[in-house]
Amino acid sequence: MAEFTQPNLLPVLPEIVMLAMICLVLIVDLFLSQEKRWISLLLSVLTLVLTAVAVIAVAPVDSVSTFGGSFILDQLAVTLKIAVCVVVILVFIYSRDYLVDHEIYKGEYYVLGLCATLGMMIMISAHSLLLIYLGLELLSLSLYAMIAFNRNSKSASESAMKYFVLGAMASGILLYGISIFYGITGTLNINQLAEVVSLRIEQYPVPMAFALTFIVVGLAFKLGAVPFHMWLPDVYQGAPTSVTLLIGTAPKIAGFAMAIRLLVDGLGDLQVDWSQMLMALSVLSLAIGNVIAIAQTNFKRMLAYSTISHVGFILLGILSGTANGYASAMFYTITYAITSSVAFGVLLLLNRKGSEAENIADLTGLNDSHPWHAAMLAIAMFSMAGVPPTVGFYAKLSVLQSVVQIELVWLAVFAVLFSVIGLFYYLRVIKVMYFDKPIPDQIITIKQALDVKILLSANGLTLLGLGIFPSALMGYCILAFS
Amino acid sequence: MYADWPLLSLVIWTPIVGGVLVLLVGDRKPAAARKIALLFSIITFLLTLPLYSQFNIDTHLMQFVERHDWIPAFKIEYFIGIDGISMPLILLTSFTTVVVIISAWEIIQYRVAQYMAAFLIMEGFMIGTFSSLNAILFYIFFESMLIPMFLVIGIWGGENRIYATVKFFLYTFIGSVLMLVALIYMYHKSGSFSILDFHLLPLSLTEQILIFLAFLVAFAVKVPMWPVHTWLPDAHVEAPTGGSVILAAIMLKMGGYGFIRFSLPITPDASAELDWLIIFMSLTAVVYIGFVALVQRDMKKLIAYSSIAHMGFVTLGFFIVFRIMAGDGGSQGSVLALEGGMVQMISHGFISGAMFLCVGVLYDRMHSRQIADYGGVVNTMPVFAAFMVFFAMANAGLPGTSGFVGEFMVILASFKASFWIAFLAATTLILGAAYTLWMIKRVIFGEVANDNVKALTDINKREFLFLSILAIAVLVLGLWPDPLVRVMHPTIENLLNHITISKI
Repeated sequence: MAEFTQPNLLPVLPEIVMLAMICLVLIVDLFLSQEKRWISLLLSVLTLVLTAVAVIAVAPVDSVSTFGGSFILDQLAVTLKIAVCVVVILVFIYSRDYLVDHEIYKGEYYVLGLCATLGMMIMISAHSLLLIYLGLELLSLSLYAMIAFNRNSKSASESAMKYFVLGAMASGILLYGISIFYGITGTLNINQLAEVVSLRIEQYPVPMAFALTFIVVGLAFKLGAVPFHMWLPDVYQGAPTSVTLLIGTAPKIAGFAMAIRLLVDGLGDLQVDWSQMLMALSVLSLAIGNVIAIAQTNFKRMLAYSTISHVGFILLGILSGTANGYASAMFYTITYAITSSVAFGVLLLLNRKGSEAENIADLTGLNDSHPWHAAMLAIAMFSMAGVPPTVGFYAKLSVLQSVVQIELVWLAVFAVLFSVIGLFYYLRVIKVMYFDKPIPDQIITIKQALDVKILLSANGLTLLGLGIFPSALMGYCILAFS
Repeated sequence: MYADWPLLSLVIWTPIVGGVLVLLVGDRKPAAARKIALLFSIITFLLTLPLYSQFNIDTHLMQFVERHDWIPAFKIEYFIGIDGISMPLILLTSFTTVVVIISAWEIIQYRVAQYMAAFLIMEGFMIGTFSSLNAILFYIFFESMLIPMFLVIGIWGGENRIYATVKFFLYTFIGSVLMLVALIYMYHKSGSFSILDFHLLPLSLTEQILIFLAFLVAFAVKVPMWPVHTWLPDAHVEAPTGGSVILAAIMLKMGGYGFIRFSLPITPDASAELDWLIIFMSLTAVVYIGFVALVQRDMKKLIAYSSIAHMGFVTLGFFIVFRIMAGDGGSQGSVLALEGGMVQMISHGFISGAMFLCVGVLYDRMHSRQIADYGGVVNTMPVFAAFMVFFAMANAGLPGTSGFVGEFMVILASFKASFWIAFLAATTLILGAAYTLWMIKRVIFGEVANDNVKALTDINKREFLFLSILAIAVLVLGLWPDPLVRVMHPTIENLLNHITISKI
């Protein structure tokens, strides 16, 4: 036991690369003048590209674990990590002009963003309760700091405080659940946990259900499922839009991984229990998210409630308890992250110096001034609403068929009816852009660099492309659970 | 020479590619956008002609079939093909799109390229809907079609366009999502999304009734049947002329097509069980909506209500068959009913399209749709008046026009089921004549009502062109419906055999 053996470091290579590069960015940034800040951005993007390349390079055929089984690299991890890297690259590039305009174009944004990404990568690969917690805290702490990044903004500080207090509480709840499981099973390793749980489930049904409840609550908070969603709209609205873009996209992927690692890999034997809990969360999220979103006039806040309803859909896939359902939920999560990067990306471009364009009304007449951007945002809205031929339709279809497969047709009917309600507020955004005439003295001008335009176009067209040819991505999702 | 071509795919994708090209040309070059749009719509129409000429009328099997793997994970295939039911509707679609593009030529000045592109892309989606043999492919086309129509009404519509277009989108979307759940359920049962496999899938009566109701919601909204028809008058009134034409001529047919492609063959027992419901709704549409049409003051609204009444015949024809077979009508009467419904769909496509175009011609000159603003138009626009009176006669079901054929077939078949059903259906001959001709009397005939009417100019060559090709279509189909009936006959007979066999 005392003997120290060198762990296999190969599966951790992407994380090592990323950490090394974070240090490099941190140091290099110190010596850069404001005009040369783009070097930090370039290095950060390079970091993400290198990390993604490293993930592909070390991707195992099946799965490989290291550090005594507490770190795992499998198909699920490979796909999700690449997705996270790609999404964060989009986030970094989209937010540049916003940061410049709001005079917060600083290297710390990238360093913190990369730290958050590292946290997500660890969450995705963690196969020990402690490591999951570690990754989660690395992610959350970086995000708290990023939200308060604009020191002059009161609303940002407020939402950072709110997020911090509630987030810390949720972490505490999660940790409490983890500690009870440790008490029952005597292990933190997910594989061993699964074994011991299946052996002792007869012996300790009540303590296990008790502990599970805390874990599900912690998860629901991090994902933003009703009734643990209160932080989400305030944080989305208060944070600088560039940070909202980050919060609203990649962490959902990490949250999904955390749910799979904890519930499916670790507590698969308690599936009957957590399915019930997730069902309640999902039904509430679909209903409340969609209904409250209708009343929003602030675009960021509307997207926050729409996120809540999408979380409801993701939970639907997970609660089915089948490989098919997990794959569907994974597809949904990844495509949702891509879709919301388009929505926030366009919103970021509308922000001008000194003013935060963030109300739905600010989009009035966008089709007249910038038809291409209006089209991209329209595609994103239709995709979120689940209208074919966008990818959102296919994501919803795959989740629905996994729900029907376990004979919960009423749940599928419930979900589609509430997505019709959801359609209403997405249509309103399109209405404002296309049907309302622009207000003369309020012409929207978008200045943008070529790289942003190319990326945003590619991003938007991906939603159509994936809607028409979802097979490849779906194949990876199915592979992750086969 | 066509044998090796993926002809059906070409017909679907040519207009969509054309639409994207038009978008790329952009709004700054409206003249070029118009020409490209017209070119692509004509190419598409020409491409659909071989679908008719090469069509084998001796078989009920699917023709021009193309089948490729698409999303293997859920056995979703790119599976298209046509039979005697879908082929005429595809021809109607490609024909109508040409007319719509000509009719918009100089009328639409705002964002020309986007307008033209919307109609071309919509054409592709509509043809795709009619030819899909995979349920998800069908659903994708069925729903995608809403997006361009939503934009067409919302951008180029009238005063109250936003209310109308959002209502249109939400109504049709809520109907179809329930159908989606039904489709997924059948996939779960059969392990395939192929519509042809669904036709053979055994289902218990409870399952059938639930699936039938899900389909009913989806297609009844589309047709639209009373009492879910209220979106149609709003949408028609606010839509630009082209939007109204496509809506009336093609989109309403999606509902009828859905009944005959999905409801009847997939849930025959439930259809037999619940046929009273559809018959009741259809007769209500014919009689009650007929009276509603009578009191309209807005021409477009009047034609919209008359559309609902006429589509009542389609659904009546489709679902009366169970009564005919239960009586002593035999298969002859049932075939007559189904074919009558189909002929009515095609004929209504021409007539309602023409009526909306006529109103469009008047609206472009006077910017009013109110009947009260007109009077004595025949004095200033004699050529136009001749066309409008002709189409109105067809709308009222005058023998010799296509409007007569379908309604007559359905009424004749209904007699074999029940005298009273036929009697109520036949009231349309009076009501239809009353509301249509009364409108004509007030708009076209009489003294010149005011100075605006006095200043009207008669139709130009372009308007003459599209009205005359529609008039020819209405006349030909009315005098000689056989080419149409002949192609659908084997399919209809097969369908009838299929629905007599219980699936329980």
